Amino acid sequence: MTLEFLMASAIGILVAGGIYLSLRARTFQVVLGLTLFSYAVNLFLFASGRLIVGRPPIWSRSVSDYADPLPQALVLTAIVITFGMTAFVVVLSLRSFLETGSDQVDGDNTANHSDVAP
Amino acid sequence: MIAPVAIPALAAPLALLVMRRRRWLGVSISVAASLMLLGTALLLLDASRDGSVRTYALGDWPAPFGIVLVLDRLSALMLVLAAALSLIALCHAVATGTDRAGWHFHPLFQFQLLGLNGAFLTGDLFNLFVFFEVLLIASYGLMLHGQGRARLKAGVQYVVVNIIGSSLFLIALGLLYALTGTLNMADMGLRVAALGPDDQGLLRVAALLLVSVFALKAALVPLHLWLPRTYAVSTPAVAALFALMTKVGVYSMIRVVPQIFGDGAGAAAWAPAPYLLPAAIVTALIGFAGVFVARSLSEQAAFAVVGSTGTLMIAVAAWQVDSLGAALYYLVHSTLTGAALFLVADVVARRRGSFRDRTSPGPAFAQQPLVGLIFMGAAIAATGLPPLSGFIGKLLVLQAIAGTPDWGWQWAVILATTLAGVIGFARAGSAIFWKESAGTAGAMAAAPERTDLVAPMLALAALAALAAAAAPVTAFTGAAAAQLLDPATTARAVLGDR
Repeated sequence: MTLEFLMASAIGILVAGGIYLSLRARTFQVVLGLTLFSYAVNLFLFASGRLIVGRPPIWSRSVSDYADPLPQALVLTAIVITFGMTAFVVVLSLRSFLETGSDQVDGDNTANHSDVAP
Repeated sequence: MIAPVAIPALAAPLALLVMRRRRWLGVSISVAASLMLLGTALLLLDASRDGSVRTYALGDWPAPFGIVLVLDRLSALMLVLAAALSLIALCHAVATGTDRAGWHFHPLFQFQLLGLNGAFLTGDLFNLFVFFEVLLIASYGLMLHGQGRARLKAGVQYVVVNIIGSSLFLIALGLLYALTGTLNMADMGLRVAALGPDDQGLLRVAALLLVSVFALKAALVPLHLWLPRTYAVSTPAVAALFALMTKVGVYSMIRVVPQIFGDGAGAAAWAPAPYLLPAAIVTALIGFAGVFVARSLSEQAAFAVVGSTGTLMIAVAAWQVDSLGAALYYLVHSTLTGAALFLVADVVARRRGSFRDRTSPGPAFAQQPLVGLIFMGAAIAATGLPPLSGFIGKLLVLQAIAGTPDWGWQWAVILATTLAGVIGFARAGSAIFWKESAGTAGAMAAAPERTDLVAPMLALAALAALAAAAAPVTAFTGAAAAQLLDPATTARAVLGDR
């Protein structure tokens, strides 16, 4: 099993799970879905600099081959932003639940949503 | 050149620090910052008139490696628009006291401006993503400003939709970086042209993903569903500023597509173009159908924003110099109009007690004739009747697309939506201002003063000025369009002679 296969399937599975959960009706599942999706995006960004093993990202006299440092910086930025967003969306959905008494994304708390109860 | 980003970045934390103890100081910092922004933006506009492309290398790193800010005619125009609109919105927020409905209105407002100005200036694709996030985070805070059930409900949807949009933006960025090895837009445009035939498929995917993210921000059909609800429940002063947010999506599209996916891009050249025109036509239809059936003035304003984006994109989708120039004129006009509509809706809602801004007859209210006149002005601008700038904008758009294939369809749609808009606004206006029903308005809020009429009047005055100055403005937008469709010159200015 190559590294490329592992990476690609990890991204694929995370995206599939993320999209499935994001389409659910309740905010908690949607938040989880968004988190999974953003993990996949981070991995993808990381892979956009090609998968290189055991190479330094910084210049040094003794090395001739480098890993691309830019995607790592991009991923770092993306992780920070996603983390902030996730924290925000968690607080927002909690607040929305407390205020409206419903954790449905569309705010309806009717009986025909009961089939999605865990 | 860094000033439009630096001023709000400094003003926001300052306002945050002093707001707790001295409210008036925080407010005056915010207003002063917006005034300074308008001044700087006008200076930059004047500087960009000669057609030169100015760059500012952040940290003095040379262009393809560091992040650069790029100022050309289009970004200068957008800066002026953002500054003018922010002053109008801020004026309304202070006059109506909505900035007191929750903490941190002014710092968030300034951060929003920081994001907007940054997005208009940056010449780096990842930096564009970062500024998008800045303006989105601020907009979440502003949208929820004042709290309440409806806002929280719409807020969750708005945030989720935009987080998914941001993720897609990152995927597109990753693809483009993997293909070209650069994030600088000008450099990317050059390298895309040199890509081999194997990579064309991926390039098309990246182009379409990127444009669909921008279409989500611009609320193009079928990605428009989040907008009416969000905008209709936002605080009106905020909704007025948000009228510019959809235009950020349009701006990004007209910035990125000619620069990166222009003529030189091989199989991916103009890849998104064939999808934009149908989407734009349906957007215009749905938007003005919404105007026709809306149950309240703020909902009507939200649908008018959708519809005007559709009309705008019909002009953009031709990707010709004259149609793009007309589109830029219409962009300025439609942003100000959207803001005016939201402000009028608030003015009406504040005077009608429990009737709010519903389009149903209610008892007579204070300053009815004057408010009615202002509403009529905003409606005239939104539908594109003379004498305000909407007429000139639509005329220019119609004229510019007359030469394109299928222009008959586009003319039919634009004219039919105009008619639907006229009827919709006339219906709402006559219900609110002409018919009276017996009954009490319920608990009236404190007797409204005339000060809240200032902001909508300012917006209308700006529209009238835009109509009066149509000749120089269209000359400028035409030149901006020509500059946009000539990415090679921009690339030379950004990257130096290499």
